[in-house]
Amino acid sequence: MLIDWFTVIAQALNFLILVWLMKRFLYKPILRAIDQREKLIAAELADAAATKSDAQKERDEFQHKNEIFDQQRAALFSKATDEAKSERRRLMDEARQAADDLSAKRHENLKNDAQILNQAIIHRTQQEVFAIARKALADLAGTSLEERMLDVFLGRLKTLDGEEKEQLTSAIKSTQNPVVVRTRFDFSSAQSAATESAIKDLFGAERQIRFETDSELISGIELVTDGHKVAWSITDYLTSMENGIAELLEDKDKPEADVAPAPEDEHGA
Amino acid sequence: MRLSPDEIIFWQHGFFKLNATILFTWGVMLILAVGSKLVTHRLSTDLNRTRWQNLLEIIVTAIMKQIKEVGLHHPEKYIGFLGTLFLFVGTAALCTVIPGYEPPTGSLSTTAALALCVFVAVPLFGIEDQGVSGYLKSYVEPTVVMLPFNIISEISRTLALAVRLFGNMMSGAMIIGILLSITPFIFPVVMTLLGLLTGMVQAYIFSILAAVYIAAATKARKEKIEG
Repeated sequence: MLIDWFTVIAQALNFLILVWLMKRFLYKPILRAIDQREKLIAAELADAAATKSDAQKERDEFQHKNEIFDQQRAALFSKATDEAKSERRRLMDEARQAADDLSAKRHENLKNDAQILNQAIIHRTQQEVFAIARKALADLAGTSLEERMLDVFLGRLKTLDGEEKEQLTSAIKSTQNPVVVRTRFDFSSAQSAATESAIKDLFGAERQIRFETDSELISGIELVTDGHKVAWSITDYLTSMENGIAELLEDKDKPEADVAPAPEDEHGA
Repeated sequence: MRLSPDEIIFWQHGFFKLNATILFTWGVMLILAVGSKLVTHRLSTDLNRTRWQNLLEIIVTAIMKQIKEVGLHHPEKYIGFLGTLFLFVGTAALCTVIPGYEPPTGSLSTTAALALCVFVAVPLFGIEDQGVSGYLKSYVEPTVVMLPFNIISEISRTLALAVRLFGNMMSGAMIIGILLSITPFIFPVVMTLLGLLTGMVQAYIFSILAAVYIAAATKARKEKIEG
């Protein structure tokens, strides 16, 4: 007999016992462990996802802040650049203005110096020329020259214009003081007589005439009464010549000042 | 010629006896229970685990997967019965490498016992799932005419389960026994290796067929067919 019924029953019981044992020692613990591990993994994954999401959020925030910072920095930089440019321009303008002023002042000073020097030279030249002229004339001055001068002087008295002659005549007539005739050298008696007769003829008054000598007169004769003077002298010529040269110099200086170049142009060049 | 380890009787007292089948079954049970206990004694629930725990987890999850593939949607409910069937038959076959051991599944009494367990378990699972009337109704479907054929089918498939496993295991042991007397050295080793393979295949077939029968008896299976 292939089937032993006791064995069948025993094996069925054995199998049921084994089922219970396996459930107790194998399936339940293993499945529970797997479940717990899966829960753990799920929790860790969820945690990782949360951390990742947090990190992403922080990253986004950081990026946003970074962008704002970049923008602010760019704005500040651009503002600073503009301010620096304008400051530079202002400083440059100031410096240029100061340089221009300085240049103009220096130019002015140079011009003044040059003018002063020029005037000094001219003055000195003038003085020298006149001194030479005076010296020459003084050296030449002598009796014959005096005679000639007297002739000229008398001629001039005769040729006085009407108004002047009247004023002089009335002056001579109204005063009691002697008429003074001043010369460089003493007149000879003939000269004195000629002068006296000429004055009398001209002014028609009998007045005492006093003859004086004056070393300041280079070559000339003066007729002086109260408040009036008629004179002829080379000094007069020289003085008028001096005045003429001075006027000429002044006229010459004026256009120079006008054509002086503008400081800006000079600077630009 | 000995066909079954039932014939090796160590102790007998009337109806009760202790034969090699029962003894080797206890041995297999001891290996399975103690092995499981040793490994699951200190289970780790975090990410680091021992290789033995890993092995058991692989076995358990593979069984779960197989049950699910058959169409049972809650494998944790059936793994106690189906998983134990597979592990018992498989371990009984693997132990053939131990000299002097005879697989208890090579006894028709054992396979009949297992088949009877399946025969009882299928309607139990079916009733649990769809109620007594729901389960009994499945016998008269599609028509009442099919009732005797369904009953015959239940009985015959139980018989087939028992005989198939017994035939395969017994024949393996028989072939090795015969070959040992003819060519004692190399050939039996090869046949033992083939026997191991056959044993594992039979374990798989037995448990899968049981799963299929249970699935057929439960609503889940029905829904799948209707779907």
